[in-house]
Amino acid sequence: MANYDFLFDNLGLRGWCGEDEGGGLSSMSDLMGQAGEETEDTLWDTPFPSLDALHDSCNTIPQSRDLTRGLERGFLDIKDSLKVVVDPLTQPLSWALENALWIMQAAPWWMMIPLLMLVTWGVGRSGKLVALVAACFSFLAFIDFYDHTMQTLAIIFVCAFICVLLGVPIGIAMARNDRVQKSLIPILDMLQTLPPFVYLIPLIFLFSVTEPKLYGIAIILYAIVPVVRLTDLGIRLVDKDVIEAADAFGMTSRQKLFGVQIPLALPNIMAGVNQTIMMSLAMVVIASLVSAPGLGVLVLRGIRSLELGVGLLSGLGIVLLAIILDRVTKAALARINAEQKS
Amino acid sequence: MSDDVKISVRNLYKIFGGNPQEALEKVHAGMGKVELQAETGHVLGLNDINIDMPAGKTTVIMGLSGSGKSTLIRHLNRLIEPTAGEVYVNGENILDYNERRLRRLRQKEMSMVFQKFALLPHRTVLENAGMSWTIEGKSKRAYAEEATKWLDRVGLEGQADQYPAQLSGGMQQRVGIARALTSNSDIMLMDEAFSALDPLIRTDMQDLLIELQDELAKTVVFITHDLDEALKLADHLVILKDGYVVQQGEPQNILLHPKDPYIEAFVGDINRARVLRVRSVMQKTSERPDNVGGEVDHDDTLENVIALSEGDTTKNYIVMRNGQQIGVLHMRDLVRALVPRKPGEAAAAG
Ligand SMILES: Nc1ncnc2c1ncn2[C@@H]1O[C@H](COP(=O)(O)OP(=O)(O)OP(=O)(O)O)[C@@H](O)[C@H]1O
Ligand SMILES: [Mg+2]
Repeated sequence: MANYDFLFDNLGLRGWCGEDEGGGLSSMSDLMGQAGEETEDTLWDTPFPSLDALHDSCNTIPQSRDLTRGLERGFLDIKDSLKVVVDPLTQPLSWALENALWIMQAAPWWMMIPLLMLVTWGVGRSGKLVALVAACFSFLAFIDFYDHTMQTLAIIFVCAFICVLLGVPIGIAMARNDRVQKSLIPILDMLQTLPPFVYLIPLIFLFSVTEPKLYGIAIILYAIVPVVRLTDLGIRLVDKDVIEAADAFGMTSRQKLFGVQIPLALPNIMAGVNQTIMMSLAMVVIASLVSAPGLGVLVLRGIRSLELGVGLLSGLGIVLLAIILDRVTKAALARINAEQKS
Repeated sequence: MSDDVKISVRNLYKIFGGNPQEALEKVHAGMGKVELQAETGHVLGLNDINIDMPAGKTTVIMGLSGSGKSTLIRHLNRLIEPTAGEVYVNGENILDYNERRLRRLRQKEMSMVFQKFALLPHRTVLENAGMSWTIEGKSKRAYAEEATKWLDRVGLEGQADQYPAQLSGGMQQRVGIARALTSNSDIMLMDEAFSALDPLIRTDMQDLLIELQDELAKTVVFITHDLDEALKLADHLVILKDGYVVQQGEPQNILLHPKDPYIEAFVGDINRARVLRVRSVMQKTSERPDNVGGEVDHDDTLENVIALSEGDTTKNYIVMRNGQQIGVLHMRDLVRALVPRKPGEAAAAG
């Protein structure tokens, strides 16, 4: 009856397969088969020798749902020991996120908006940019998105800061050692190509959805890649002649790193920071699926309850935020570039 | 002679490639650069180099592209490690130095000027000039005076607060030289320091270097592939080819007695009248010749004498040094010296 009976019969494995129990529905396809009429098997209908198809012929072969269940069980088994290590390590992240969220919301708007304008001035030294920032935040506050905007900003600040804190040293290590670079590049490639939804899954099992570090980790994993890559690239691109001059005048490798390589790589590092911030923003929206607060929650509400207006407006808010963050970091980058060129 | 040798290179070999020691044995057995490359894929960078560089003088290393000049000069401060051989600076073998001692050598005893300037683009001209002091951990206030002095000396008054990119190539190289001078080291290594500059500025820089040398008498190791530049600057000239020394010695001597067709081809094209000096062509004697045309200094170029003689080749000149006759210059000898020997003659004669 099953398609691959002949295989096990011919190989003499019938005994190993055990008796056909006959009764009971063991797979989805059995169920489907029951619903329709029993038809003659043609070559056209031959299924791929998948786990389920082989199981039909031989009970010893596991079904595919056994595989997924096995994976799940395996993951759950190591989960507790993994948690022992990962939990304390990531606890500061939860703490930082909680505090940042609290501070950004607790501070009154008439302090927060001027403060953000001040920061913009400090970074970009451009009146136009400060005006843009003021206009955008005022607009967002005017349509009552102020709290959500501040939540999103708080999360981005914390996560981007940690990305830079970890990413720059990793990038430096990669630039100084080819072996480190070779072993990290596949990981970076993977982090960059995996759709973010995919690594949300194990994270959900590992941490409870109420913990901020759940989305914090997701955002950092997603957004850290550009700053690492561009730090590595920037340091490797530093003019060989200048490095040689540094050596010829007797610099230690430490002096070379902090006095020559990092300053000369700074434009590239800043470009990485810019991308990291933009990717944090993209991810913080997705992370609203796992309870990250902010504008993403509003987008989600738009989708879930088909509130078109809310969805569109919050989308606009995200665009505005993206423009501001991009402009401000680009202004910082331009200033560094101008300093080195002139 | 040997007590005023500052840098001494002994039996230096450098082979680039995966297994230099094995390749070295083949070179010892007599294999040449081309064969070695074809057979083992190793590049013979330097082949048994022996040079004594006199203290307080300019040693010029000359050779065509790929002859190993840069490789050689980078051995003098160990930017490149040799495959075999020794490098003595002030009588000490620098290959025995540990890392810390080597850094001190590079900070205090040697400085370097680069073809592409290699200034720090994010530091001002003053900070670049004071680089060696910064490396030693001294503050800007400590080196400002010294650095400003040398910047002024190389002709960069009032540029201290500019950034390198704001200066022209010639001015950037002046910063490079000021950086080397500010370190107050005795030895200055210059790898094609003027090759990236256009001809007029290049001449200016050569004159600047000669002036500085008259004043400071540093031990300069200068690399060039330009014979005119080499002859203008050199007290001691070393000619490299395919990683070995073809000939070395006083430039005038090399010009008049080239050892090998390669060098004859090299020296064939230059304006000999402008380069050769009376002292290299004269006859040493204290007798007065007949038909005296006048007195010339021993360090005059032949060009000057020709101008003086107005083309009369029958005259003789008395050669003076410090007011005393040291020899006689026959115009016939002078004219003969102007014509280079034909390539191949040296090999036939030797
Ligand atoms: N790191 C290296 N690896 C392999 N071969 C090298 C390396 N550095 C130099 N060489 C080889 O050594 C030889 C000498 O090179 P070097 O740079 O010293 O020449 P050069 O005389 O300075 O030439 P140029 O006038 O072009 O600067 C060349 O054949 C070059 O290919
Ligand atoms: Mg070179």
